[in-house]
Amino acid sequence: MRRLTLPLWLISGFLYAFMYAPIVVVIVFSFNSARHGGPWMGFTTEWYAKLLDSPDKITATNNTVILAVVSTIVSTVLGTMLGYGMSRYRFPGKRMFSWLMYIPVVIPDIVMAVAMLSFYALLRDWLGLFQLGMTTMIIAHITFQIPFVAIVVRSRMVGMDPAIEEAAHDLGASTWQTFWNVTFPLMIPGVLAGAMLAITLSLDDFVVSFFTTGPGATTLPILIYSSVKRGITPDINALSTLIVLASVAGVIGATLLQRPHRQAGGG
Amino acid sequence: MANKQKDEVQFGEQLTSRGQFLRSALTSGPGIFWVVFFLLVPLVSIAVISFLSRGMYGEIQRPFTLENFKRFIGFGLFGYDPLYPLIVLRSLVLGAATTILCVLGGLPLAFFIGAMPVRFKNMALTLVLIPFWTNLLIRTYAWQILLAPENPLAKLLVLLHLSSPGEPLYPSAFAIYIGMVCDYLPFLVMPLYASVEKIDWSIAEAAMDLGADGWRVFWHAVLPQVVPGLVAGIILVFIPAMGQFVIPDLLGGAKTVMLGNAIQQQFLQSRDWPFGSAITFLAMTLVMLSLWLYARSAGEKGGDIL
Repeated sequence: MRRLTLPLWLISGFLYAFMYAPIVVVIVFSFNSARHGGPWMGFTTEWYAKLLDSPDKITATNNTVILAVVSTIVSTVLGTMLGYGMSRYRFPGKRMFSWLMYIPVVIPDIVMAVAMLSFYALLRDWLGLFQLGMTTMIIAHITFQIPFVAIVVRSRMVGMDPAIEEAAHDLGASTWQTFWNVTFPLMIPGVLAGAMLAITLSLDDFVVSFFTTGPGATTLPILIYSSVKRGITPDINALSTLIVLASVAGVIGATLLQRPHRQAGGG
Repeated sequence: MANKQKDEVQFGEQLTSRGQFLRSALTSGPGIFWVVFFLLVPLVSIAVISFLSRGMYGEIQRPFTLENFKRFIGFGLFGYDPLYPLIVLRSLVLGAATTILCVLGGLPLAFFIGAMPVRFKNMALTLVLIPFWTNLLIRTYAWQILLAPENPLAKLLVLLHLSSPGEPLYPSAFAIYIGMVCDYLPFLVMPLYASVEKIDWSIAEAAMDLGADGWRVFWHAVLPQVVPGLVAGIILVFIPAMGQFVIPDLLGGAKTVMLGNAIQQQFLQSRDWPFGSAITFLAMTLVMLSLWLYARSAGEKGGDIL
């Protein structure tokens, strides 16, 4: 179990190949010169060149980035405050709210998506606001991101040594000073981890965006979905390849970024 | 009990329960308000809408009725038809089978990464993280290319007599299962690997010294130690797998409608929101019920999910 036996190598090798087969095939077929997919017809890079002058793909990329950045900023602020408050103070109904935070973790995203879609429709009938579009999609993303950020921040807070803050108070620091000079710097790795989770959740999300968006506010996953429904085209493979490369860069970047913090943050 | 002792020293500060409440409101308040308003209230309104009726143009209107639930069970306009109970069953089977297959694959993979020499461990782990963070939609539609009859994989399967030449590999239930396991395997491996790293191997050594054979050591001395990671992984796979709508939508056909597809159809195509809400409400109940049953049988070991 602890040794690398031959069967373990074979099984793991097969599973890695299985996980990477779809990623590799998308990359390979993005260089396929066949116009409508199909078998391999020869090497070309024309699909990448075509991406640059297709305004719908550029708009979708912009929308995806705006959505991810705005929702991550808001949810990281609110989620960090929530996680901090939950780990430090008592208030009536706290147990119930701790359960509430697990809703986005344990509920299928389609349930969240249709719930928000109907709620927006109700609000629209009453208030005339919440027209489906970029704003509703951003609100929806913030909603499922907050609990994830709060859970991550809170779990990192639990491992913090109370003696450090006690010492700050004993030395005469005010609550505010203690928070900004002692507590918050210690929280930073947790906050960054929460923000990283939030931004990837947003970039990856298709279902919630698909249900809460409106005309004109297409994101990359929505664009890919609707194109694939009409039939896979090589330019979609090229677009997907770029997204895959961005994720690979993101994963490697995040791994490198976490390295110096390894000793500070446990788990 | 807590009311009697009002003041409490915490992190070097003395706070009254009023102070506690005030600070909670200032820190947790906005986040709680946001989640309650934009998530809890919508979920409750779904439950309410499921008891309402659909108007002529797809609007939601009174009277309150149980019609949606009757229709769900199978008593429709044209006599009894167990369409939706079958969809529920199919989704449950899909969720359970995906989870089992992911556990069977995830166990060797997590132990493989755990056994890697330190220098390569990070690389082996990063190789799981990349599919984990790669968009699910891309990894799913790629199987349409992989399973296409003109491409090598389909030819290989025919050659091995695992599929017949005329029969397409996609759309099919087979394609859905392949896509599901491929997409969710990393979700099981990540938390499981975290548990594997924490294993106290001296327990396994002790079991071996006491004469247990390989399987017994694994079953009694190793596996119980990775239960927390396994529980987290199973939850991370089973719930989204049961509610999946993209994978069945892209890799399956009309014969493989799952709960997620049924919900999507009612909300976006038929525009029957009350009936769609009824399906959603029941799906939600089903998830909660299976979680509760699972937590009970797993001895409530799944406390903290992340």
